[in-house]
Amino acid sequence: MLGFTSKQLIGVGIFLFMIFIGVPLIIGATGRWDFYFTLTSVALLAIASAGVWLTFYIGRINIGQGAFALIGAYVSAILVVKAGWSFWISLPAAGLFAAIVAILIGLPILRLRGVYFAMITLVLTQVVTLTALALPITNGAKGISNIPLPSGISLFGIPILPDFAGMENTKLAFYYTACVIMILTYAALYRLVNSRLGHLCRSMQQNEELASSIGVNISYIRIVIFAISSFFGGLGGAMFGSIAQSVYPSSFQVADSVNFMLNCFLGGLGYVFGPMLGTLVLYFGWDLLFEFGKYQMLIYSTVLILIIRFLPNGLLSIRIGKGGDK
Amino acid sequence: MSPLLQVKNVTKKYGGLTANNAISFDVAENEILSVIGPNGAGKSTLFKMIASFTPTTSGEVIYQGERISNLKPHIVARKGVVRTFQETTIFKSMTVRESVVVAQHLRAKASLAGYFWGSKTAKEDVTAFEKYADELLEFLGMSEISNEQASNLPQGSLRALGIAIGLATDPKVLLLDEPFAGMNHDETMNMVNLVRSVRDERGVTVMLVEHDMPAVMNISDRIVVLNFGEKIAEGTPSEIQNNEKVIEAYLGSVDDEIGM
Ligand SMILES: Nc1ncnc2c1ncn2[C@@H]1O[C@H](COP(=O)(O)OP(=O)(O)O)[C@@H](O)[C@H]1O
Ligand SMILES: [Mg+2]
Repeated sequence: MLGFTSKQLIGVGIFLFMIFIGVPLIIGATGRWDFYFTLTSVALLAIASAGVWLTFYIGRINIGQGAFALIGAYVSAILVVKAGWSFWISLPAAGLFAAIVAILIGLPILRLRGVYFAMITLVLTQVVTLTALALPITNGAKGISNIPLPSGISLFGIPILPDFAGMENTKLAFYYTACVIMILTYAALYRLVNSRLGHLCRSMQQNEELASSIGVNISYIRIVIFAISSFFGGLGGAMFGSIAQSVYPSSFQVADSVNFMLNCFLGGLGYVFGPMLGTLVLYFGWDLLFEFGKYQMLIYSTVLILIIRFLPNGLLSIRIGKGGDK
Repeated sequence: MSPLLQVKNVTKKYGGLTANNAISFDVAENEILSVIGPNGAGKSTLFKMIASFTPTTSGEVIYQGERISNLKPHIVARKGVVRTFQETTIFKSMTVRESVVVAQHLRAKASLAGYFWGSKTAKEDVTAFEKYADELLEFLGMSEISNEQASNLPQGSLRALGIAIGLATDPKVLLLDEPFAGMNHDETMNMVNLVRSVRDERGVTVMLVEHDMPAVMNISDRIVVLNFGEKIAEGTPSEIQNNEKVIEAYLGSVDDEIGM
């Protein structure tokens, strides 16, 4: 089915069971309701990280995903608060807007490779932050707060999506929503990587000159990929804004952009599901080290360096081993 | 019959250095034409301009009546003029078969979206690509190594893989830059036969740059000789072997010898 082996299907099944049934059961039993917020954050960060992973897939180091997450968060907030749109419509619109910005920025900068591209993306987040501070529509440093919770949607009188405001447990609703979007994101990523576009990306990642000699329009594919990548960033950011019910210029910072990239390194650049695992481990890793106080950063960085040194292909390379599946 | 490809007054300058100076010659359909000359003569530069990997400073390259110089390489490849590289340029972490499959993407009938959703046409494409990859690898005598990772292949197979990738695009004109480099006598002779069968059985017009003179004399219908960016001679192998200017150019250089 869908080109999966039965072993993979079982894996996917266990995974879905865990996040949709296992986690709520465990949280219900332990009473750790705060975990919903943590795991929702992980899911949303994993969506943005999936985009960064995709730019790695065409051989570009992207340290600018925070910029697109911030753009997505603002676009959704403005559409909901100022234009009165439904959040559910603003969500894809935020992704699309981020993608369009990516196309405009990508046209000049995607020609750059290696450290040059990385450096430019590194300043993007700061540029968007400063823009948000300067523009009237984004409300400067005050940001946009009091974003209403997502309202329900019904088609022909049949409710498709519930009204979050009328719920007693919005945490659970947001958790489910984030998980569904994350799963859709990774399913799309998996299909993309295993389709012709993915194969063309791989050819470009390995040798752009040879790719163009076999007729691959490398500049076009770079733009398409960067746009999709930023679409994911915009989606993740928009969801975040909705959950926090506010967006500020500092909602996503350069450090977040760096983390998106680290998530990919940590999980493994060779594996579609690498960034998801990387996000989970990095997010919890940081929290677990909290009790070390001022040594938190030191231990955290040391562990990261060791992992990248000894597991250059990421955490997933342990389980899957050399070659592995995608 | 009008020529398939015409090089017209092509000049390439890198700063003060003239790598190609007003080079002109024609390539007929279905011929094997070699470009020879000492190191630094400008052979690779010429090939890069024909495949639009680098723009001409002046002059133009005409293919089937259309200018193909100063375009993008992928556009020229789509028209059927495909180059291989002097260095062994391959997709390192793909298998031989994967490389040959991906190189056929121009023949795809389904759209990229069709591939994403797994449309019927896309599935048919993939089956066709894989079938043709197997045929091509069989034709090139590479069936045994088809599942080898490219980075694990010995030098000789890498050259063959480069040619396989080029051929998989279904070119009309294939530009081979030093396809026999680093090969011993037997490997070279195999490759000579292979290149000839590419022309004979697949109707591909072949242009090649080579230093191995016996191989060049053996394989070529015609030869163009460059020296210091100038075309100094053009003709059949026997004409070239007896050309004063050519002998002089080669005797003047230390590291090349003409096999006569
Ligand atoms: N990208 C470049 N920039 C500057 N000079 C170059 C470049 N490519 C080639 N050249 C010079 O042009 C001349 C011809 O090079 P090339 O075409 O590679 O020679 P050949 O393939 O005949 O050995 C050489 O002097 C070389 O140094
Ligand atoms: Mg050369």
